[in-house]
Amino acid sequence: MPDGATPFVLDVKDLKTVFRTRGGEVHAVNNVSFTLKPGELLGVVGESGSGKSVTMMSLIRLLPMPPAEIRGGSVMFEGQDLARIPEEMMRAIRGARIGMVFQDPMTSLNPVFTVGYQIMEPLRTHMGLSKAQATTRAAELLDLAGIPDARRRLADYPHQFSGGMRQRVMIAIALACDPKVLIADEPTTALDVTIQAQILELIKELRQKLGMAIVWITHDLGVIAGIADRVMVMYGGQVVEQAPVRELFANPQHPYTRMLLETVPHIRGERAAKLRVIQGQPPILSRAPDSCPFRARCPQAFDRCAHENPARFDVGPAHDAACFWDFKTGAKRDV
Amino acid sequence: MFDTSGAKKLVEVRDLTMHFPIRTGLLRRLTGSVKAVDGVSFDIYEGETLGLVGESGCGKSSCGRAILRLYDPTAGSIRLEGEEIAHAPFDKLRRLRPKMQMVFQDPQASLNPRMTVAGIIGEPLMEHTKLNAAKRLERIYELMDAVGLNREFANRYPHEFSGGQRQRIGIARALALNPKFIVCDEPIAALDVSIQAQVVNLLEELQDRLGLTYLFISHDLSMVRHIADRVAVMYLGRVVELAPRDALFADPMHPYTTALLSAVPEPDPASHDDAERIILQGDVPSPANPPKGCNFCTRCPRVMEICRQIDPVIREIAPGRHVACHLYAEDTHKTAAHAAQPTEV
Repeated sequence: MPDGATPFVLDVKDLKTVFRTRGGEVHAVNNVSFTLKPGELLGVVGESGSGKSVTMMSLIRLLPMPPAEIRGGSVMFEGQDLARIPEEMMRAIRGARIGMVFQDPMTSLNPVFTVGYQIMEPLRTHMGLSKAQATTRAAELLDLAGIPDARRRLADYPHQFSGGMRQRVMIAIALACDPKVLIADEPTTALDVTIQAQILELIKELRQKLGMAIVWITHDLGVIAGIADRVMVMYGGQVVEQAPVRELFANPQHPYTRMLLETVPHIRGERAAKLRVIQGQPPILSRAPDSCPFRARCPQAFDRCAHENPARFDVGPAHDAACFWDFKTGAKRDV
Repeated sequence: MFDTSGAKKLVEVRDLTMHFPIRTGLLRRLTGSVKAVDGVSFDIYEGETLGLVGESGCGKSSCGRAILRLYDPTAGSIRLEGEEIAHAPFDKLRRLRPKMQMVFQDPQASLNPRMTVAGIIGEPLMEHTKLNAAKRLERIYELMDAVGLNREFANRYPHEFSGGQRQRIGIARALALNPKFIVCDEPIAALDVSIQAQVVNLLEELQDRLGLTYLFISHDLSMVRHIADRVAVMYLGRVVELAPRDALFADPMHPYTTALLSAVPEPDPASHDDAERIILQGDVPSPANPPKGCNFCTRCPRVMEICRQIDPVIREIAPGRHVACHLYAEDTHKTAAHAAQPTEV
């Protein structure tokens, strides 16, 4: 193991993030734990406000603090705890050892600098390449990201690229320093389906070529089904279920996951006459997490769910779910 | 499934064209035009839902807005129950407005933040009816019940509601005047997955109860498959295919429809193993400068020489199935196209 201690490139334990607002504290991330193996693609699914983006922003410390505050937990990466190291050290990791791709390629590229400049920036600051070396490397990266005529396009500005092409540029920047982990936050959400298909294809190809581990945040179950090795489902700032992708889709064990899979219509196969509905609204996270966040919308909920927050129980090989109801026995869990 | 034979045509759109002028320079001289909608024709039958799908920039929203005369169309004709809307004068249009309404994509932006829910839902009633205050409030409550909003919230403001509830307010407003025809422009795109189903089920329920006709504009193909009876696919300002829902999804004929459907990722890992995805190369050309010949010829995996020369017209090639593609041209091509399909794609 290159890291010495663990077989994981990223090992997050009990991460807790709160936002202090005038209306009180918002518990955005509650005791989130997960691991990432080298080369693995972990999909993180959840609705808006489920804490999926805040979790990832917390671990690379990109949240404005205040109002955000990381209240506890550890983030082990290459033998260091990212939750504790000083900011200068973090800066050397962010963008270099951990790459990032965001949802909106329009707002995450700077409109007044050329694309070439923006790709070369991490190369020069993190890797200390000379201008000539950086230019060559930048052209290689654009080419890798599937942009034709790469060398010439380095001189173009972001507005001269289409949405899909801009996202390719973002990917090129994220890959510039050969990161060990890539965090992709809804990278295809702003794109059309035919362009999304191009980007997904590109990511699959790059994974094979470069072998980095990826955390892919999305609300689209279809995208996750096609690209992830393992899936983590988040709800109300917590991880409610985690399993290998096939297991999760075939055999979901948390009521939220089960219902979520039933609410989405399919494009092939049987067409349901009526869509299954999850009644109610997602929770407001202003209360301390002392009960199950899903209980108000849950058909399985019983008294215990209202005064205890379920831990993540093992429900199968590499599969856990945070629910007091055991779907396998069809009864309450007695733990 | 909806049967078009014997059904009454509620909306007839013929050669609808919506060009937006491009003005440049100090004198704002006309230097070109964005051909957002470029000669689109279709009918919408009473009681059906016509899905209008396509990628961003294909003109589907412009088309929906032009049909309601929220834009003044450049050319073409739009008839609602036989009455011409496209070039109707203001007072006639105002008389027709109650029959046709719209539900917008972004419930945040389409509700006035300074008006209460009762004010928003009541506004069309103030404009178009002579109800007194008490009757109006009664009708507002009735509408709030219909869309599943608590009556007690009538005096609250839009920001106090969640996205899904705001969309319900928008739907209640659209229903206020008992319209026949509603254009739903991406009504669920801004909502979370678990809330989308609530709104779609509400729209379906209201359709059954009130006999509404919808033009459902969306880029979400699986949701369109759920809600629509017939589907029109747009690409770069044109309708390239129009067909009954089941036929379209089971056996898409236009190469663009085929590629579009194959690009939708299914929420089922096993389906990704054997999926033969058609990855379209490149991007959609600019509608200000569409290619010569067929609009899709720059990205079409089955492009032929004729496609770069002549623009295909949309024709009915099987009952109810309209396609604009040279692969399905009369006589010889027709059989060749069908025979070649499995191997070429």
